[in-house]
Amino acid sequence: MSLDSNIPEGPLKDKWTNHKNNINLVNPANKRNIDVIVVGTGLAGGSASATLAELGYNVKTFCYQDSPRRAHSIAAQGGINAAKNYQGDGDSTYRLFYDTIKGGDYRSREANTYRLAEVSANIIDQCVAQGVPFARDYGGLLDNRSFGGVLVSRTFYAKGQTGQQLLLGAYSAMNRQIAKGKIKMYNRHEMLDVVIVDGKARGIIARNLVTGEIERHSAHAVVLASGGYGNVFFLSTNAMGSNVTAAWKAHKKGAYFANPCYTQIHPTCIPVHGTQQSKLTLMSESLRNDGRIWVPKNLEDAKAVREGTLKPTDISEENRDYYLERRYPSFGNLVPRDVASRAAKERCDAGYGVVNNDTNEGVFLDFSAAIDRYGKEEAHVRGIENPSTDEIRKMGKKVIESKYGNLFEMYQQITAENPYETPMKIYPAVHYTMGGLWVDYNLMTNVKGLYSIGEANFSDHGANRLGASALMQGLADGYFVLPYTIGDYLAADIRTGKISTELPEFKEAEQKVTAQIESLLKNNGSKTVDYFHKKLGLIMWNKVGMARSIESLNQAIEEIAALREEFWNDVKVPGDANELNSELEKAGRVADFLELGELFARDALERDESCGGHFREEFQTEEGEALRRDDEFAYVAAWEYTGKPSEAIVHKEDLKFENVELKTRSYK
Amino acid sequence: MSGAKGLDLTLKIWRQKNAQSKGKLETYQLNSVSPDSSFLEMLDILNNELIEKGESPVEFDHDCREGICGACSLYINGEPHGPGKRITTCQLHMRSFNDGDTIYIEPWRARAFPIIKDLVVDRSAFDRIQHAGGYISVNTSGNTQDANAIPIEKEYADEAFDAATCIGCGACVAACKNASASLFVSAKISQYALLPQGQVEAKNRVLNMVKQAEKEGFGPCSNTGACEVECPKGISIENIARMNREFLKASIAE
Repeated sequence: MSLDSNIPEGPLKDKWTNHKNNINLVNPANKRNIDVIVVGTGLAGGSASATLAELGYNVKTFCYQDSPRRAHSIAAQGGINAAKNYQGDGDSTYRLFYDTIKGGDYRSREANTYRLAEVSANIIDQCVAQGVPFARDYGGLLDNRSFGGVLVSRTFYAKGQTGQQLLLGAYSAMNRQIAKGKIKMYNRHEMLDVVIVDGKARGIIARNLVTGEIERHSAHAVVLASGGYGNVFFLSTNAMGSNVTAAWKAHKKGAYFANPCYTQIHPTCIPVHGTQQSKLTLMSESLRNDGRIWVPKNLEDAKAVREGTLKPTDISEENRDYYLERRYPSFGNLVPRDVASRAAKERCDAGYGVVNNDTNEGVFLDFSAAIDRYGKEEAHVRGIENPSTDEIRKMGKKVIESKYGNLFEMYQQITAENPYETPMKIYPAVHYTMGGLWVDYNLMTNVKGLYSIGEANFSDHGANRLGASALMQGLADGYFVLPYTIGDYLAADIRTGKISTELPEFKEAEQKVTAQIESLLKNNGSKTVDYFHKKLGLIMWNKVGMARSIESLNQAIEEIAALREEFWNDVKVPGDANELNSELEKAGRVADFLELGELFARDALERDESCGGHFREEFQTEEGEALRRDDEFAYVAAWEYTGKPSEAIVHKEDLKFENVELKTRSYK
Repeated sequence: MSGAKGLDLTLKIWRQKNAQSKGKLETYQLNSVSPDSSFLEMLDILNNELIEKGESPVEFDHDCREGICGACSLYINGEPHGPGKRITTCQLHMRSFNDGDTIYIEPWRARAFPIIKDLVVDRSAFDRIQHAGGYISVNTSGNTQDANAIPIEKEYADEAFDAATCIGCGACVAACKNASASLFVSAKISQYALLPQGQVEAKNRVLNMVKQAEKEGFGPCSNTGACEVECPKGISIENIARMNREFLKASIAE
C-alpha cells in the first residue's frame, strides 16, 4: 500500500484555507444520521467529541477513567503556545511554524505543522470564551511566558495547571452536549479492538470495566484519541493507566505505526527514589525560565553532596558548572528538551550526579539567583533603599511563589526538601511520545474511516516536541481540524444507514477479545503483571532510552521477545472476567507494550542517524551533538504489522522541505 | 533517597466484593515499606504480595499519581486523603507514618457515591451535576472574539482560577457530616460567576446545578467548614457563600 499524505496543493500559507474550501461537507440534516466513535477524552478526544456533537453528529465517547475530566491532559503544567504576538516580540504564524519544525529536528511535515501554527490563535479565543481562567496581568490582559527552544514569549498559562484548565474547558463543552444527548458518554470503558468492515473502520469492541461485559459499538467512523505510549518504559510521567492498547490494536488491524522510536525524555523530573516507585513526577519546563541548572565542577564535591557531607548552598559560584549556559550560551537553560536531557545524562555519566540513589543520577535546578533578582526588583518597585539580604530574599521568594507556588509545594511533598532554601534535584524522565499512528493531512490513518488525533498520532512534532505544544496540538486537532476533515469522508456515508453490530466482523473481533481475556485469567503463572512491566521498563530505559547503540538495540530486541514469551507462560492474573479487575486491565495493556517495545527498538535500530529525541551513539559530532543524516533519513518510518513485531514492514514517507532550509540545529 | 529502615504496618482495609454485598474491614500485615514510597505505592506492594499468595488484590481508584486527576480517594484514619493538608492520597508519603502504626483505609462514605468494589466508589453524580449547567454555551467556530477583547481584572481572574482548580475528587462530600456537595458545586458556579463570559447563563446555571445536587442525594450545607479543611486544592468556603448569593439572586429574579 502506498503512503499518500494528501497534502493540498498551493503555497504553504493557503493550503488549509483552500483545503477547507474544497472538501465535501455533510448537510446538518444528514449529520443526524451519522455516528462517530471517539476513544479518549483528553484535550484531543474531549474537544473533538464536543465539536463533532455541536456540528450535529451522534457521538459516542469512551474513556477508561471514571470521568472524562480525568484524562491525563489534566496533568500538563506549563502552558499552551499560540502565535498571538500579544507581547509584540516579533511572533507570527510563520515563526511558530519554523520553531516547531526546527525544534522537531526537521522530521515533521511542513503542511501539518504550518496548519497547527495557523489555528493556534483560535484556540486561545475559544478557550477564553469557554471561561478558561488564564493568567492575566494587572491591565486585565492575558499574560505570557517563555518555553524552551524559542526566543519569544508565546505561552499562555494558568499557573502550573494549564492542562487542567484547558481540559476542564473541553469537558464543559462535552457536558453541554452530553446534556443535549448528542454525546453518549461511556465512562470506565476500555476499547479492546477496532472493527473493520469492507476495509472501513465501523466500530469498536469495548469492555465495561465495572461489569466486565464485552460490548459491540458501531459507527461510521472511529477516532482514536488515546494518547501516547510512554508507559512502555514503566516509569514515566504518564498516568498509571495511560496505554497503547487502542493504537496497538488498530495497528494490528492494519493501521501503520509511525516513528515509534521518537520519545521525549523530559529534562526536569524528580529523580527516582527507589525500586518500589510506581511513577515519576514532572517539574514544569516553565521553571527553566527562572531556574539555573548546574552540577558541582569537582568530582569530590559531587561525591560529598551525595554523601550528605556538603550542602549545595555551600558550594561557591566558581565551583559550580552551569553546563547548559556553558555549552549553549544563546539559549542557555532554555534549550529544547532533548538537548537539555542529554546534557544532564552526559554530566551524570561523567560522575557529577548529585542524587544518592542506585545510579547517582540527578542535577540541580537552582532558584537562588532568580529569588535575588526578583527581590531586588521588588525592593526597587516599593522604593526600599539598601534592602538587607534577608529582605531581598523574602520578597524574591514571594514572587517565585506567585509564579510556581504549586510546583514548589509538589516538589516538597515528594522529596521532603524545601526548594526555596536548597536547589531542586532533577533528572530526565520519559514524558511524551512523538511517534504514533500514521495519519495523512486529514488525520486519517491508512485505514479508511479510522482517524487518530493528539498524542496518539505522529504528525506534528517530528523527532522532538517543543514545550507547551502538546496542548496546542491536542486542541488544534480536536476543535479545529478533525471536525472538518472528517466531513469529507463522511459525506459518502449519508445513505449508509446504521451499521449493524451483528455483522460477522463484530462477532469475530469480540471472540478474539474474549479469548485473550480468558487465556490471561487461566494462565495461572507465578509472576505478577507489574513484574513484567518493570522488567520491560528497565530494558527500554537502559537500552532504548536517552542513548541507543546498535549493540544495545539488538540486545533489547532479543530480551523483549524473550520477556514476551515468559509473560504468556508465567503471568498470574487474579480474579474473574465479569467484575472490576484492574490486574486484568493492566495485563492486557502490558501484553501490548511487550509487542510495541520490540517494534520501537527496531525502528531505533533502522534509523542510522541521531535526530531530536532519538540519539544513536554511532551518530554524533565531536562535541557530542546529534548528527542528522538528511540525505538518507528525511522520511517518516511507517510500520505495517504482518503478524509479529519482528516481521513488520516499513513504508517510507519522504519529507519535503519547500519552505524551510534543512540546517543543523544549533542552540549555541 | 534515604537509607532509613522500612516501616512495619498493620493495615485495616475495607473489602467489599460489589455494590450488593456486605463489606468489612480486613487486617493485613505489611513490612519494610520505604518511607519515601507514596501511600499508593504502599498499596501496590500489598497487592503484589496478595496476588503472589493467591489472594484477591485491593481495588482502589488512581491514575495520574501527581495530585491533579482527582481519581484517588481513600478515607485514611478517618480523614479524606489522610493526614497532611492540601494533598491527595497519591501525594501522601509513608514518611507521614511511624513504624508499627495501624492504618485504617476506607472508601468515601456517601449515599450519592455508591461503592463499586472495595475502595472504589461511583462518583458519576458529580458528572451529572456538571451536565446540568457546568458550561458556557459557546460553539467551536474559530470566530469567537479575540481573547483580549474583554480585559478581566486580575483579582477576579485569579479568584476564578482558584475556584476552577477543583479536581472533583469528592473529599468535600466525604468530609461532610451531611455528605453535601456544596463546595464542589460552588467551585464551578464561582468560576463562571467571576468571569464576564459566565454572566449570560448565570441564573439557570445556579438553579439547575443546585437542583441536580439535591436530586443526586447530596445533603444540605450546614457551614461546618469541614470540606474546606480537607479539600486537597484548598477551595475556599467563600465559594459556597458566593453560590448562595447567586442562588438567592436567581430565585428572586425567577
